[in-house]
Amino acid sequence: MKIIVCVKHVPDTAATIKVKDDIGYEDGSVKFIANPYDEFGIEEAVRIVEKEGGEVVILTVGKAAAVTTIRSALAMGAHRAILVKTESQFVDSTLTAQAMKTAMEQDGLPDLIFTGKSAVDTETFQTPYRLAKSLGLPIVNEVSNLILNGNQAVTRCEIGGGQKQVIELGLPAVIGATKGLNVPRYPKLPDIMKAKKKELKEFELAELGIEPSTGRVSIEKLEIVPERCGATMLEGSIDEQVDELVRVLKEDEKILS
Amino acid sequence: MAKTGILIEIENDAVKETSLGAMTAAAGSEIYALVINTDAHTVKDTLANYGAETIVDVKGDLSTSPDLMAETLVAIVKEYGLDTLLGSASATGKDIFARVAAIMDEPLMSDVLGLNIAKRTVRKSHFSGKIMATLKVNGSILLSTIRPNIIEPKPNPANGNIITFDVEIFDPGLTKIAEVQKSNSGKLDLTEAPVIVTGGRAINAAENFAMLDACAEKLGAAVGASRAAVDAGFAPHSMQVGQTGKTVSPKLYIACGVSGAVQHFAGMKTSKVIVAINEDKHAPIFGKCDYGIIGDIFEVVPKLTEKL
Repeated sequence: MKIIVCVKHVPDTAATIKVKDDIGYEDGSVKFIANPYDEFGIEEAVRIVEKEGGEVVILTVGKAAAVTTIRSALAMGAHRAILVKTESQFVDSTLTAQAMKTAMEQDGLPDLIFTGKSAVDTETFQTPYRLAKSLGLPIVNEVSNLILNGNQAVTRCEIGGGQKQVIELGLPAVIGATKGLNVPRYPKLPDIMKAKKKELKEFELAELGIEPSTGRVSIEKLEIVPERCGATMLEGSIDEQVDELVRVLKEDEKILS
Repeated sequence: MAKTGILIEIENDAVKETSLGAMTAAAGSEIYALVINTDAHTVKDTLANYGAETIVDVKGDLSTSPDLMAETLVAIVKEYGLDTLLGSASATGKDIFARVAAIMDEPLMSDVLGLNIAKRTVRKSHFSGKIMATLKVNGSILLSTIRPNIIEPKPNPANGNIITFDVEIFDPGLTKIAEVQKSNSGKLDLTEAPVIVTGGRAINAAENFAMLDACAEKLGAAVGASRAAVDAGFAPHSMQVGQTGKTVSPKLYIACGVSGAVQHFAGMKTSKVIVAINEDKHAPIFGKCDYGIIGDIFEVVPKLTEKL
């Protein structure tokens, strides 16, 4: 079985994001990691192939610096990788999906595609859907349980209020992974060393015949959201503090009636 | 005038607050309330009162496939010439709108915190709430899901004329919803709850969540858990707030024994008021919340429950 896992190179959640000229991001200075949700996809793909045979290919669309993220994915047990290089790390989801589709067609279409349920950078929540649509494949997102049965997949995903939905779909398909699907492994040193020697093919967007689009969404303004600057600490005995909290929530904040 | 379609979500025979909030956000445009899998007459008065000029009663069973639902919405957009389509950024709303965006090949603004229909702009979070981005959509339609609890619904009476839209049901083919497993708890949906009480690692055992349940019941709140509490096995992942869990935006968020990691804040930063209760006065959460109580949660929470 051939499985492609789409992995995005995103800033670490703890990183301080810097804005450039109000409408752009400085994407050079911060630490980047593999999108946390994508790791559930990598782990699931590696487990399937460990059991059933085949290969796991990592596909990333991003800056040349995304190689660090790709190597970490290879260290988790993927076999080889493809990087489609873009100028900026933050590109339009339509362009990303188009680049992934073209790269997949060139490499040979897989039996199964994993993505993360969403990316923690610009949180657009649509790239996996655009990819699936362009390839004419079914998609289920936010999958926390997956059972493969021949060319059928049975997925379970949460739909809010603790309710779960069981969706059956035919393969090949796009599966958006989320927490619960598995616990991603921490690569050991020998795996990290081995990953450095694994095959990595790099393409420019233009080599795939893709024009960077100007995008149908324009950034008007980016503002850094200030952190709350320290709490009002309530004082007195526990009883007094709780009384004061109830009063504040009723009278000052008018949240409780 | 802009024509705005709103996908109405209904639960326990009532229109969800988040759908009414979307109608308030769309005030000033001609509103088409889209009612699916429910008889529209049962919710007519509410929808008319909150601004629906037209109520589209969608006839046909769309519960078998998300693709069937998405294709139907696309057909409705075309039929009525809608230039804006709004929904709730609930699990279902986000999924259906992403399918609609892919079918129409139009941009989607997911989980927005504000929008201006006339200017075609939205405000949304980037990098887990660290950046507020104002984005302009230049496509032919503004597709957007709105984070629950962000827009306070305001009555705005309109005609509420019901029209029927008959769905052409097709074989959903490869994607089929086989089963919906209801939760037996009857608890509030975390992402839509107006108040949330969350337990962190200090809760120390699964059974101790009963203490939070009691407090939540008094507050009409949902109960969440931090990643530390979930990873320790005290709560299921469906209760996790934060990165790799849920993003919530309640009016009041009470964090009990939560240390306050960046990844936790990523999921609750846009809450209106954040209260932290923690024994450790050096816990990072006290630097980023609104009100803090230093104390043992097993002493403070029962007292709070009693005084509410």
